[in-house]
Order: sequence, then C-alpha cells, then structure tokens
Amino acid sequence: MTAYILRRIAIAIPTILTLIVLSFVLMEFAPGSPFDSERGIPPAVLANLEAKYGLDRPAIERLGIYIWNIVTQFDFGPSFTYRDRTVNDIIAQGFPVTLTYGIWSGLAAIAVGVPLGIVAAIRHNTWIDYLAVGFSIGAQVLPNFVMAPILVLVFTLWLGWLPGGGWQGGQWNYLVLPVIALSTSFMASIARLTRSSMLEVLNAPFIRTAQAKGLPMRRVILRHALKPAMLPVISYLGPTFAFLLTGSVLIDVFFSTGGIGQFFVAAALGRDYSVIMGVTVLYGIIVVALNLVVDLAYAWIDPKIRL
Amino acid sequence: MADPLLQVTDLRVTFETNDGPVQAVNGLSMSLEAGGTLAVVGESGSGKSQMAFAIMGLLARNGRAEGSVRLEGREVLNLPSAELNRIRAQSIAMVFQDPMTSLNPYMRVGTQMAEVLELHKGLSRRDALAESARMLDAVRIPDARGRLSQYPHEFSGGMRQRVMIAMALLCRPKLLIADEPTTALDVTVQAQIMDLLEDVRTEFGTALLLITHDMALVAESCDRTVVMYGGRVMEQGPTRALFEAPSHPYTAGLLSAVPRLDGDDSELAVIPGDPPDMSRLPPGCPFAPRCPLVMETCREVRPVLEELGDVRRACHAEPRAVA
Repeated sequence: MTAYILRRIAIAIPTILTLIVLSFVLMEFAPGSPFDSERGIPPAVLANLEAKYGLDRPAIERLGIYIWNIVTQFDFGPSFTYRDRTVNDIIAQGFPVTLTYGIWSGLAAIAVGVPLGIVAAIRHNTWIDYLAVGFSIGAQVLPNFVMAPILVLVFTLWLGWLPGGGWQGGQWNYLVLPVIALSTSFMASIARLTRSSMLEVLNAPFIRTAQAKGLPMRRVILRHALKPAMLPVISYLGPTFAFLLTGSVLIDVFFSTGGIGQFFVAAALGRDYSVIMGVTVLYGIIVVALNLVVDLAYAWIDPKIRL
Repeated sequence: MADPLLQVTDLRVTFETNDGPVQAVNGLSMSLEAGGTLAVVGESGSGKSQMAFAIMGLLARNGRAEGSVRLEGREVLNLPSAELNRIRAQSIAMVFQDPMTSLNPYMRVGTQMAEVLELHKGLSRRDALAESARMLDAVRIPDARGRLSQYPHEFSGGMRQRVMIAMALLCRPKLLIADEPTTALDVTVQAQIMDLLEDVRTEFGTALLLITHDMALVAESCDRTVVMYGGRVMEQGPTRALFEAPSHPYTAGLLSAVPRLDGDDSELAVIPGDPPDMSRLPPGCPFAPRCPLVMETCREVRPVLEELGDVRRACHAEPRAVA
C-alpha cells in the first residue's frame, strides 16, 4: 500500500511537469501580451517592461527558470497585471475561500445526493422514486447562473434571511447561498448515479443471498449493497471535487466571494501568464491528488483490486 | 399423523409484466418429510426456481404467490418480512445456483458467515467466527480458520459452493433448498458437492429440496421427484417409480436425454423444440407442442393430475403408450 502510494506520487511528478511545459507552450503561442493596451505603449517602455519580467529572454530559458523556481522555492513568480503582488499571494488569498465553499458544496452534494439515491432505489417505481428523479432532473437542468439569482431573490431580497454576497472570512451565513448554488447540480448527479448503481446492486445474486439469510432490509442495504453501489459514485466524485475545489467563476463573481476562480478568468483575459500558469499547476496537483484518493477508495472497497 | 416438514398446496406464482400477467408456477402441490429428500425437475423456465423463491419470500417485486406453504403446519407464504426473517436461515436455508456471484465479493467470508449467527443466535463476533470455522471444517474446507479472513474471489468455484452450503447450515435449518447447486461447476466438482450435500443431510438431519434440470442428480440423491413443465406439474411420485416406468412423455424425454455410457446409441437424445414461452402457453397441455404422443385433445383440454399407483400424472395418453 505504502509502496503503491509512493509510486503514484513518483508518477505524479512527470505528469505535473508535462502540464507545466504544455501550458507554457500554449501560452507562448497565444496571441496578445499582458502589456497590450488601448493606447499603445511606447516601444522603449515596452522593452523595459519585458526586461523587468524577463520576457526578452528566449522561451526555453524562461521555462527553465520558471520550473527551477517552482521546484526549489515553490515560487510561481510575480503577477504581470497586479503590479505589486506575486502569484503565490493571489493563490494564498483566493484559494482558501474556494477551498472552503468547495468542500462544503461537495459534502452537501454527497450528504443529500447519496441518501436520496438510496431511498429512490429502495422505493423503486413508487412516488418517492419519481419525486427524487424529478428533483434530480430539475436540479440538473437548472444551471447555477439561473439558480444563483433566484436564491438571492428569495433568501436575500424577499425573506432577508441571508446575505446576497460577500465573504466575511467564511462565516456560515455567507456560505449558505454559494454552497447551495454550486452543489445542487452535483447533488442531482450523485443522486441519479447512486440510484441506478444501487438498483443494479440490489439485483445482484449476493443480495438475494443476504435476504435469504434473514437479514433485515436495512442491514442488507447498509452492509451488503452500499459499498459496491458507491463505486461509480466515487469515480464521479474525483473529478467533481477537483472542479469544486478549483472554484466556480460564476459563484465568485455573483456572490463576490473573492475565490480563485475569478482571478483565473481575469488572468486569462489579461494574459497574466504567471497567474494562469500558477492556477493551472495548482489545479493539476489537485486533480492528480484526488485521482489517487479515488484509486485508494476503490481498493478499500473492492478486495479484488490489489495495490 | 404429524404435519410434514413442508406442505405446499396449490402454489401459484404470477408475475405482472408489460405483456400482462405470467403464471410461472401453476397449482403445485407437494410435501416433504423431516429429513427427507425431494427433487423438483424441469428445464429452465419451468418455474422451479420461482417456486423456491416463493417459499423463501424472495420473489421479485412484480411477483405474487398464492396458495399455501406450511412449514411444520404453520402457514409461511406471504408472511411479513420481519417474520420471514426469523424463518430464513433458521428453519429454511437456501443454496443458490451460481456460487461465483452469490457470495458478497466485497466482504470477507468469515464476516458473511458470522453475521448469520450474530443476528439469529445472538453470538458475539468471536464465537460466531469460531462456529463458522467449525462449519467450514464440516464441509471439508482445509485450513478453515485461515480462510475466514479471505474474500470470495480467493476461493475456487467448488470451494465457494462449499462456503454457501456451510453458511446455509450455520443455524441448523430443518430444510435446505438447493437451487441448481452444481450447474455452474465442473463435473468432478459436481459429484463432490452432491456427496457433501448427502453427508451434511445425514449429519445434521436436514431435509433437502433439490431443484435441478439434471435427472442423473435426482436418481442419486432424492427419494421423491416432481417433474415440472411450463409452470405445471407433469408427474410426481417416488423417484424410483418415475425412473423405472415414466408415465408422462416429458419425464420419458428427460430420462432419455441423460447421457449414458452403456447404451449402443452414441447420439444424445434431446427433446425437440424449445421450452415454452410462459406468456403464451397453449390452452391445452403445455407440453403438447413438443410431445411425441400428442393427440387432438391435448391441444385443447388441459390434463389434470390423476393418481396412477404411487404416481400422480397430468397426461391424456395411455400410461402404457409412454414407456
């Protein structure tokens, strides 16, 4: 097990290096520059700026320096558009916010989606099942950019229960609306996935064996059916959590949370190379780590998978 | 006279399907004495497995059972699940066809066995595991204690069926239903499993209800036999009588389909035609379309079970014409 984890981490290093190189190359070929502006900058000023940020050097040299700084100091360099801030500053400011509402959204999606799916499967083809499926489809087709304004309209403007935006260090009342807006569609996907997977498992011969042993239905579900039914849900959760933790631009912008998603989009539009690169690498690390977690969870559930 | 261990009277199993109701079992009556052996024989789709599921209360959700199933005189058909759960494993246990998928692949074998004893006998985990090991030993699994912590995929097919049998016997049930227990296994392993079933039956005094399509198994292991076709009983009686003088053309067909080494005819006899479509049974005898002795009445009038010596048969043909 330990050897497996170490091996996976060893494989992750070239994966992330490849990611860095590829995004760097893409960035080189992308048109435009962080110093483009409407008025145009005098050539001398531009040359000075490029010299300051090292853009006058050959690309291969810049790539080498970039990787060297990451490996030795975990330093992603200065931002090109926020003059006095480094990429590390921006990540340190935005990532904890994103992480907080991302984790809560993920937990909320699991906490509601999984039980909903299980109940729908147990009560297959009854009104409970239809209600759960109806809710799931509704929640899935309702995009969060529609969801967010409706939530604010109802809970902030009409009822006045919750603030319609801001962060305030992540106090719970500032968290509720972003978490609901972000989690509902994942909640719905998890519920549908759990339901269909549970229905399949409940038809398996070993479930009939468990019933023939005289186990109460609750025990059959919890001890025999739940673990295998969770396998597809877990593989879905890997990329989903990666998405949630890396934030949603829409949530950041709409609720003014100050999460990292909005910096990423601003950086992409403003050609802020180092911020784009930094956030991309961060995403890469998160995805690789979550895939490892998914694989370990699989091995824990399915004894046939030997690590 | 005391009540028999199992008394099934006019059992009917109906499934509601999109094509309308399908009668999987139609008017089955049979009885089994404590410690006795009874075989239910038929091709796939004859309703024999659904009969077992109905007794155990394990029918699929769209299935409905009617009639009567008495266990030591007590009606058990369609009991609420809480009461069924007290009967399952403790009075009636079941061994299923496919040992590869009938054990939970995600749980240790010891855990799967021990939970039966923890639930029904209130044993501690430690005692339940010790008893499970003794039972694995009784079904002749080597290194029983060590194998408790293994998962089903670490066992061979035959070993898994031994585990299933051991698990079924944990609470010393009075009746063991074995649904095609050897069909998924190699021929050599089949013989071992049948020997084992015979041994545990005598050792624990368990009655055996064997469900199979294999007449050869029946001859060796069961005193009485019920032959089913299209959800109906074709013929039932002492196994010996059925084998020596089958009085129903379907029984005769099944018997001639058993491979023999002593005959001079090397070609394997088969019953021509396919098993019936249960949703479109003919109005007369369900076997009529495939019957070599079919007459005009067979297609229109459904034969009823009639006594013929020790045997009950449902056939219009003269018994002498069958043999």
